[in-house]
Amino acid sequence: MNLFESTRIAWQGLLGNKLRSLLTMLGILIGVGSVIVLVAVGNGSSVKVQKQIEGLGTNTLVVLRSFGGRGGFGGGGRATNGTLSSVSALTQKDITALSDKTQNPDLKLIAPVISENGVTATYSGATYSPSQFVGTTADYLSVRDYTVAEGAAFTNEDVTNRARVALLGQTVVTNLFGAQNPVGATVQFNGIDFKVSGVLTPKGSNGAQDQDDIVIAPITAVQDTLAGASAPLSQITIEATSRSAMSAASDEITTTLLGTHHITNASSADFQVLNQATLLATAGSTNQVFTVLLGAVAAISLLVGGIGVMNIMLVTVTERTREIGIRKAIGARRSDILGQFLVEAVLLSVLGGLLGVAAGLIVSKVRIVGVTPVVAWYSVALAFGVAIAVGLFFGLYPANRAASLRPIEALRHE
Amino acid sequence: MARPLLVLDHVDKRYDAGEISVLALHDVNLQITRGEYVAVMGASGSGKSTLMNILGCLDLPTRGRYILSGTNVQGLDDTDLAAVRNRLIGFVFQSFNLIPRTVALRNVELPMVYAGIKPRERTARAMAALEAVGLANRAQHKPSELSGGQQQRVAVARAIVTDPAIVLADEPTGNLDSKSTGEMLDLFDRLHQSGRTIVLITHEPDVAARASRVVRLSDGRIVSDDLQVARGSV
Repeated sequence: MNLFESTRIAWQGLLGNKLRSLLTMLGILIGVGSVIVLVAVGNGSSVKVQKQIEGLGTNTLVVLRSFGGRGGFGGGGRATNGTLSSVSALTQKDITALSDKTQNPDLKLIAPVISENGVTATYSGATYSPSQFVGTTADYLSVRDYTVAEGAAFTNEDVTNRARVALLGQTVVTNLFGAQNPVGATVQFNGIDFKVSGVLTPKGSNGAQDQDDIVIAPITAVQDTLAGASAPLSQITIEATSRSAMSAASDEITTTLLGTHHITNASSADFQVLNQATLLATAGSTNQVFTVLLGAVAAISLLVGGIGVMNIMLVTVTERTREIGIRKAIGARRSDILGQFLVEAVLLSVLGGLLGVAAGLIVSKVRIVGVTPVVAWYSVALAFGVAIAVGLFFGLYPANRAASLRPIEALRHE
Repeated sequence: MARPLLVLDHVDKRYDAGEISVLALHDVNLQITRGEYVAVMGASGSGKSTLMNILGCLDLPTRGRYILSGTNVQGLDDTDLAAVRNRLIGFVFQSFNLIPRTVALRNVELPMVYAGIKPRERTARAMAALEAVGLANRAQHKPSELSGGQQQRVAVARAIVTDPAIVLADEPTGNLDSKSTGEMLDLFDRLHQSGRTIVLITHEPDVAARASRVVRLSDGRIVSDDLQVARGSV
């Protein structure tokens, strides 16, 4: 008997119990569908994080203070802001050294950053606390890909003149001004007047952070007012001349800062240089774990679906014992019966798998918990392939049981 | 006498059920020639069904030889036995044993499916067999849509469609009313006249009376084996 005949007989078997066949397929459908959808969600979130990191600016490097190299905090001291004395702060001296083009030919723009926390903005009765309050230079905007939608950006002249002006992100504008035009208005930050010079073009939320919930002001004005004149820099944001110059730029920064901080051993550096590549690698590996976990959960449901197939096939074989006896009496071989029930199990899982692929692809069109799923084609192939394998594996035992029935006993079965 | 179609040679069949061992057939010798219509009679427990299982190659003798159409059945494996059943034997059971939810035509085709015959030829031969039992007009009916007598005629069509060496009928009228029984026996008479070899197992004397030869079993032994001029036959 060929495969076509086995399929025809198995198909009749499935039609004989439509509801039961559909419910069994549903188990496989959910398994395959959830593998596709969950892997797509994991994938989508990974794509999203990558976009966010790329949104930081393509050639951006960030220098942060680091406490790891010194190891001096192990004893009694706590790593609070009050005990930073053993670590050199990032200062204007570092900026000057980095700005030396002959030593650092691969650095294009260098922007010192002072971030102030807990700043409250007030405008005619409305108050709002922006999540970021940044004192910096005019170059910061270009390093971070910010543009000005209304009004004008502050200039390096404003920085030199210690002008008390500020650029507001859209979220801040909405909270303080509503629909009003804020350009030219005066806003109090912790009680100190700043004139709004412009509004930033919205960049949108990047999930981790609302990029529009920001106030940017000249670093000098922030030092004069909110931070204090001797405040250290929170970070230095640097744009390299090109993407290919990133690692050269990173090396130059390290060499320069080791010099200004008088450190000879690079492994005990009191700063760290981050670039997109390292952030992407970190985020990528985190997401990998996330995707694998989601896939594993879905794979378990596929396994449960397979057990459903086995369960229903065992019931079917028991129910049709007499039919098996008849078939054997009129000349069906062991292999014919094995083939018939195996094909029936595989049909269940293949049909369930196909429906599951369709369902998975449809559900993947929908945004799920803020993530736009990105279907990974390997997951579709894998889920469908595993569904067939599950059908074969879980169908084998019931089919073998049917094939081994002795015809006399099977015929006597009521 | 022609070379026998079927030979049972000192056949024993013993069943072991735990401690107890039952000798269901004891030293049975039987030869059946092509074209014979043999009725096997006996009370329940006499070994009729065991004999039927052995003749039908559903079971193997514990001792002795069974030669069917020149093939020694002893020593065949499952696959070969299936092939022998498929090619040489046509079964008719007491409880019809059609495949449920499957139309008459497909039921009749089934043995040919396992024989690997092409669909077109299969359908033609199945229709011819249904015609022979007078049910061509019921070909597309499922067993549940047919009367008992009709179902049994479909079963007979299925039994003869492969042109087997022997038609083996186990109490074929046991579940039928008297009218259907009469029709069924007439059908067997016609098959006999057309040259088929029939072995019919029954405990009803008036059914056995239609056969050309009656073998009586008791306690697993053949106690009599008589030729008779069957009523209603030529």
